[in-house]
Amino acid sequence: MTRRLAIMLAAMLVTVSAFAIDTGKAFDDPVLQARYEHLIAEVRCVTCQNQNIRDSNAFIAADLRREIRRLMSEGKSDAEIKEFLVSRYGDFVLYRPRMSGKTLFLWIAPFAFLLFAAFAFVRVLRHRMMLPIDAETTKEGEAQ
Amino acid sequence: MNKYLLPLIVIVILIPVLILGLQKDPRELPSQYIGKPAPEFDLPTVQDPEQRMGSADFRGKISLVNFWGTWCVGCRAEHNFLLQLSREQDIPIYSVNYRDQRSKAISWLAQLGNPYVATGNDEDGRVGLDWGVYGAPETFLVNADGHVMLRYAGPMNPAVWEDQFLPRIAELKQ
Repeated sequence: MTRRLAIMLAAMLVTVSAFAIDTGKAFDDPVLQARYEHLIAEVRCVTCQNQNIRDSNAFIAADLRREIRRLMSEGKSDAEIKEFLVSRYGDFVLYRPRMSGKTLFLWIAPFAFLLFAAFAFVRVLRHRMMLPIDAETTKEGEAQ
Repeated sequence: MNKYLLPLIVIVILIPVLILGLQKDPRELPSQYIGKPAPEFDLPTVQDPEQRMGSADFRGKISLVNFWGTWCVGCRAEHNFLLQLSREQDIPIYSVNYRDQRSKAISWLAQLGNPYVATGNDEDGRVGLDWGVYGAPETFLVNADGHVMLRYAGPMNPAVWEDQFLPRIAELKQ
């Protein structure tokens, strides 16, 4: 039993490194390389939607990485590269979509919900404070 | 009674919204090119690398542009229907052989039949990327001005053709 478990654990250790893709350095310049790694972590793989293109080995992810490398070596800025991607695949391709008419709801909704929750919280609290206190105290008195 | 009214209203509004959300296919991405000019391209044809095909070919007429690859299961599934369309419809089908090997594409077309007027060889997927293709097969309807009218991602079939393509084509022909 323990032997089987040990073999299973060993097998699990072996598989971990098998997922690595495109591990070779894209740029010799460490500044460019850092920019590249930052960018590919922010771009969604459009066929495997819950992965970024850094972690995906899908065709499209490899193509997008290649295009980003090409655009970077042409001296394009991050904003220009994002524009390139969004014009082809839409805001969805960016994990942090830009603020625009279409994405405004995405950006505002969390704050709106928070505000609503705060409002509800204050209302409930006020309501509780207005309840007669003796109801609580008599209950405690009974318990003792 | 009044106490439960507000939560009730919120739930009544939320449930249909959530149900609608569940029914939407999250894998379906809208094309960014609807109503916009189709990205231009110029590719060597699969059959003869000396010859070219591209967006200039389908200027001036309503056409279909189909992205496919021999590696793609859905492409095989739609192939017979594309053949049928090419026989029965007067709309030319152009195609881009997306991220594939030329020799495989040639034997595929020889074996299964060729529904396409011309097929470009997009071996590195660059044209596909320009068109916002995120998988194969994908089929675009392009109007006579070279604007994209419709994009369908997935294997073409009679239902999709009748529900989505035919009404659009009828509008264009008016």
